[in-house]
Amino acid sequence: MLCLTLGTLAAVLMRAERGAGFGPGDWQALRFTLWQALWSAALSIACAIPVARALARRQFRGRGVLITLLGAPFILPTLVAVLGLVAVFGRNGPLNAALAGLGLPEVSIYGPWGVVLAHVFFNMPLAVRLLLQGWLAIPAERFRLAASLGFGPRQMIRHIEWPMLRATAPGAALVIFAICLTSFAVALALGGGPRATTVELAIYQAFRFDVDLGKAAQLASVQFALAGAAALLALRLSQQVTFGAGLDGTVARWDASGRGHRALDAFWLILAAGFLLLPLGAVVLRGLPGLTELPPVVWWSLWRSLWVALLSTALVLTLSLPLAVMATGKRGAWVEVLSTLAIAASPLVIGTGLYLMVFPFIWPGDVALIITALVNAALALPFALRSLLPQARSLAEDYGRLSASLQITGWPLWRWVILPRLRRPLGFAAGLTAALSMGDLGVIALFADPDRATLPLQMYRLMGAYRIEAASAAALLLLSASLALFWAFDMGGRANAGP
Amino acid sequence: MLDLDELTITQGDFALEATLTVPQGGRVAVLGPSGGGKSTLLLGIGGYIATQGGMTWDGEDLSPLAPGARPISTLFQAHNLFPHLTVARNVGFGLRPDLRLGADGWARVAQVLGQVGLEGMGDRMPASLSGGQQSRVALARVLLRAQPLLLLDEPFAALGPALKVEMLDLVAQLADQNGLTVLMVTHDRADAERFAKDTILVAGGRAHPPMPTQALLANPPAELAAYLGT
Repeated sequence: MLCLTLGTLAAVLMRAERGAGFGPGDWQALRFTLWQALWSAALSIACAIPVARALARRQFRGRGVLITLLGAPFILPTLVAVLGLVAVFGRNGPLNAALAGLGLPEVSIYGPWGVVLAHVFFNMPLAVRLLLQGWLAIPAERFRLAASLGFGPRQMIRHIEWPMLRATAPGAALVIFAICLTSFAVALALGGGPRATTVELAIYQAFRFDVDLGKAAQLASVQFALAGAAALLALRLSQQVTFGAGLDGTVARWDASGRGHRALDAFWLILAAGFLLLPLGAVVLRGLPGLTELPPVVWWSLWRSLWVALLSTALVLTLSLPLAVMATGKRGAWVEVLSTLAIAASPLVIGTGLYLMVFPFIWPGDVALIITALVNAALALPFALRSLLPQARSLAEDYGRLSASLQITGWPLWRWVILPRLRRPLGFAAGLTAALSMGDLGVIALFADPDRATLPLQMYRLMGAYRIEAASAAALLLLSASLALFWAFDMGGRANAGP
Repeated sequence: MLDLDELTITQGDFALEATLTVPQGGRVAVLGPSGGGKSTLLLGIGGYIATQGGMTWDGEDLSPLAPGARPISTLFQAHNLFPHLTVARNVGFGLRPDLRLGADGWARVAQVLGQVGLEGMGDRMPASLSGGQQSRVALARVLLRAQPLLLLDEPFAALGPALKVEMLDLVAQLADQNGLTVLMVTHDRADAERFAKDTILVAGGRAHPPMPTQALLANPPAELAAYLGT
C-alpha cells in the first residue's frame, strides 16, 4: 500500500523536476477542477437538504427502497450514469424536447455544467445520507420539548435544524468537494476542451496524446497535493461515512403536518427519485434491444473486467482483513493514516507513477490489467476498511478476553472467531470492491491498447464512435455485471451468517 | 494456593493494591462498593490487565503467562459464549483451542454437557438456550478446561434471583467435586453468605486478605457498612 501511494508519488516527483513549466492550459485545468468541485459540492448539499428533511420526517411505503437507492450511485459505474444522463438531458432527451416545445433554447450536457450535473447525480445521494444521519441523531426528546413549547416550522428550523445543519453540512460538503477533485471519467466523457478539463483529465491528455511524461508527472504532483489537502481536511471535519446502518427510523414531528408541508416534501422526494431513476431507466430501455447484437469484442472485455474485479477483490480482502484486525490493537492509529493516504491518492497519479516505474523494463500495455486491478484495490481499500473496522473493534471488545482466556490464537482464532464474526462486513466490502473495480474507468485508460480493453473502456470507445445503441447495450451489461457482483458477495456474507 | 504479594494492578489512572493468599479449594467472595476494583482484581489475576509485584499459584509465577496459559478459568459478566458456534463447539474450546477433538474429545464434551444438565443439546446454538442454560454451557467448558482456579466476574448477574441461587449451588457442587478454588465477585451480601466461607473486601484501592464472611458482615468496617447500608 505504502509503495503504491508514496512510491509512485516519488517516481512522479523525480520525473516532474525535469518537466516543462506550468503553462496557461494547466492553470486553466487547476481552476476548473476547483470550480467544478465547489459547485458540485454546493449544489449537492443544497438539493440534499430538503430531500433529507423529507426523509427524516415522513414515513411512507417505499421509504426503505428509496434509501437503498440512495446508496446505489456509489457502486454505479460512472460511464453508465453518464450515458443515462445524456439520454435524459442530452440533445435528443426529454428535457430538451420539453424546452423546444416551450420555444426555449436548447441546453447542452457537454461542457462545464454537464460535469457538475453528473457530479451532483453521484454525490447528492451521499449528501442526503450524511444529512439524514444528522437529522436522525437529533434526540427525540428535543422534538417533544419543541412540540410542548408550541414551536412552528420556523422556530424548528431556527432552534433545532439549523444548528444541526451547521454542524454536519460543512463536513459533508468537504467530502464531496474532495471526491470531485479527483474526477476523471465524468470529465473525460462530458468535459474536455479548454473550458472543462480537470487536472486528472489533463494528466491523461499529456500522457496519451502529447506523450509528455514530464508534464504528466508535474500535473500528477499538483493533483496529489490538491487531493491530499482536501482529504485531510475532510477527514478532520467529517463524521464517519456509514453505509446505511441505522437510517430506518423517522423522528416524530408535530410541526409540519399541514398540507403545504406534505406537498413540499412529496415534491422533493419525487424529484430526487426521478433524478436518480430516469437516467438508469433510460440506460435499461435503450440497452435492451442491442444486447443480442453486441460485438464479440464487448464480451471479451466483460471477461477481462470480471477477472480484474475478482483480482482486486482478492487483494483487498487479503489486505484489509489483517489491517482491520491490527487496527484494534496498539498500532491502530497507523491503519487510519494508511487509509487516509489511499483516499488522497488519485488513480491517474498512481497510474502515472507506475508507468514511469515499469516503462524501462516492460511495455506497460502488457501489464495493464494487473496494474488496473492493483490500483482499483488500492482505491477500494479505505472503503473496505471503513466497513470492517467497526465490526472488528466490537469483536475485539466483546470476544477478545474470551478468546484469550481459552488460548485461541493463530489460525484457530481466524477460523473459528474472526472470519465467522466478520463475515457480513467482509461480504459487503468484497461486493463494494468488486463493483467499484468492475465499473472503474481510470488507470486502464492510460495503459490499455485496443485489444486489452476492459468493459468500461470498451463502452467509452463505442460512445466515442457514436455507436450509441451498442454503447447502451454495453452499459446495460456493465450495470448488470456490477450489481450482480455486489449482490453475490453481499449475499454470500449474509447467507447463514447466524446471529 | 493463590499468593498475591504486594501486587499492583493498574487500569488507566486507577490502581489496586493486593497482598493476600487464597488456600487451595477455598471459596471466596469478592465484595465491595461499585467502582472499588472488584472486577479489576479478577482481570489482573486473569492476566487481562498489567500487574506489578508477586503473583503465584502453587509457587508458579503467573505474571509472565498469557491469560489462556494460566491455571485459570474465567466467567465474565457477559460474552462467555461465541454466538455463531454450536454449544458443543463452545464447550470443546475447553479441551483444545483448535477444536481438533476427535471422537474421544467430542464424547467428553457430551459427557460434561450431561454433568451440567444439558444432555443432547450439543448441536443447539447459544441463542436458542435460556440464560440459565447458557451459563451451564460456560460451566461445562470450565469443567473440561480442568484448571484449578475459577474466577467468576458476576456471570449470573443478569439471571433472576431464583436462577442465580440455582447456578451458585451448581458452581459450589462442581467446585467441591473437582477441588476448584473459586473467587467470586458479587455486590450482593446474600450471595457471599450463601456461597463463600471467606470474603475479600475490596475498597479504597486495596484488596484485603480474606476474612470469614459471617464475621465480616456481622461487623463490617466503615466503607463496607456505607455500601451495604447497615
